[in-house]
Amino acid sequence: MSVDSLRLGGRGGRGRVRGVAFQALLLASLGIGFVTLGALLVDVFVKGIPYLDATLLFNPPSASPQEAGARPAILATIYMMGILLVTVLPIGVGTAIYLEEYADKSRWYNRLLDLNIQNLAAVPSIVYGILGLAFLVRGLGLGRVLLAGALILTLLVLPIVIVSSREAIRAVPDSIRQGGYALGATQWQVIWRQVLPAAIPGIATGSILALARAIGETAPLILVGALTYVAFNPTLMGPFTALPIQIFQYISRPQAEFKLIAAAAIIVLLAILLTMNAFAIWLRNRYQRRW
Amino acid sequence: MTTIAHEQLSEIAQQHRDEDVSRRATVFEVRDLAVAYSGAVALHEVQLQVYEKAVTAFIGPSGCGKSTFIRCFNRMNDLVPGAVVTGDVLYHGVDLYGDEVDPVEVRRRIGMVFQKPNPFPKSIYDNIAFGPRVLGLKDGLDDRVEEALQRAALWDEVKDRLKESALGLSGGQQQRLCIARALAVDPDVILMDEPASALDPISTTRIEDLMHELKREVTIVIVTHNMQQAARVADMTAFFSVEVSDDGKRTGILVEYDKTAKIFTTPSDQRTEDYVTGRFG
Repeated sequence: MSVDSLRLGGRGGRGRVRGVAFQALLLASLGIGFVTLGALLVDVFVKGIPYLDATLLFNPPSASPQEAGARPAILATIYMMGILLVTVLPIGVGTAIYLEEYADKSRWYNRLLDLNIQNLAAVPSIVYGILGLAFLVRGLGLGRVLLAGALILTLLVLPIVIVSSREAIRAVPDSIRQGGYALGATQWQVIWRQVLPAAIPGIATGSILALARAIGETAPLILVGALTYVAFNPTLMGPFTALPIQIFQYISRPQAEFKLIAAAAIIVLLAILLTMNAFAIWLRNRYQRRW
Repeated sequence: MTTIAHEQLSEIAQQHRDEDVSRRATVFEVRDLAVAYSGAVALHEVQLQVYEKAVTAFIGPSGCGKSTFIRCFNRMNDLVPGAVVTGDVLYHGVDLYGDEVDPVEVRRRIGMVFQKPNPFPKSIYDNIAFGPRVLGLKDGLDDRVEEALQRAALWDEVKDRLKESALGLSGGQQQRLCIARALAVDPDVILMDEPASALDPISTTRIEDLMHELKREVTIVIVTHNMQQAARVADMTAFFSVEVSDDGKRTGILVEYDKTAKIFTTPSDQRTEDYVTGRFG
């Protein structure tokens, strides 16, 4: 090969133009998403900030825009997150431990279980809503209450918690288990004292992200009968609404002020979501291990 | 024909080998032991004895089944799906594979150190204390931890940072930590599966010195692919090899088992001689 081919131009030059064009295209794709999101955020913040006050946080909804707040919805959302935490974590982590540590993967039923959990994570949330209506509200006779809403959210995010917990458990190197067994630990001791503590950061991160998804869910809650107008504090076995539904309700009102209140409520929802995500990222960085 | 390297090897092997350890009590009596993974035979009918408070080394080329073999002594092969062990391993006369034997109990008496140091992602103290804690030995835990670290010649290096993560130690320190961890439950035997192969020469020497110290109190079985190491530390040496059948299946076999000095100077099998003189493997 002659030294000439090292010179600029020729095939190399054309390749460079293509490379630059491709990079521009990628930037443009990024830009579309970024600009849209940015415009939405700016719009919401400009409209919502003036209404982001104690009235919004502590008042119940009202026909008068000056007095209207979202307290029952915010409280119901917090209650549901609390219930979700105590239902989804033990069931999800328990399932993940069974599938990773105990299940014999050569058995067909374990493989079937595995496959179906992956599928469940992709089922549209409205389908969970129908399940909740048929099974929890009517079948078990719970009625259209907050507990039914929380339980259906549990089922909705359970596959996500299982999948992320399994990944966290699988990431614990086998040498740790072997080291435990070699010291005369039982399987229970190895899992409880070595595998789980090492997997907790991953499990926590995945679970928080799953909760963050549940917070924004609207469709299944509407199906299990979340009301749009609740002017009193929610109870476990009473009628309820949730923050996204409250936002929807305010936007669909004719008066223009309510749209601004909705914008303020969106900021509250975003703030809760971002706080949870930030906490998940902090956890991951704080406890990240290198093997 | 002997090479220069081999002359050194036999010299090393002949130093410090005055005593005949085969007259000592037998800790393990292995009879017709074979291991198969999912039907494929990995190790073919082995017989040998491991003697008390001596170092017994298993050497041989890759794939000869020496690591598989050492994992039979504390039933670690039980954890491998599809592994089937046949034959007997008598430990002080009790068959480790008997119906009434609990593998967890076996591992409490027979400790193991792995090829790659595998400290738990916990503090140095908690690493050592793990064994005693799972066995319910909670009294005098601090003393027990100190004693184990002393015996593993690690105490002076870590005594001021017992609460720090074990993952911050160097590779050689981590491996001595793993030895200390095994010692903390007062085992009768320690199995070492290539304990120094991931370490630098200085760390390796420290581990070997440690073995000389420890064999006064415990029986040591070591797998190594380093013949110099076997010559330096072992009283008894077993040479394993691979037999390849006509259809390409590879099976590990025990070729020769004898005093280390004999294996490295006047082996009785041609295959052993080829291996230790460097003409094979």
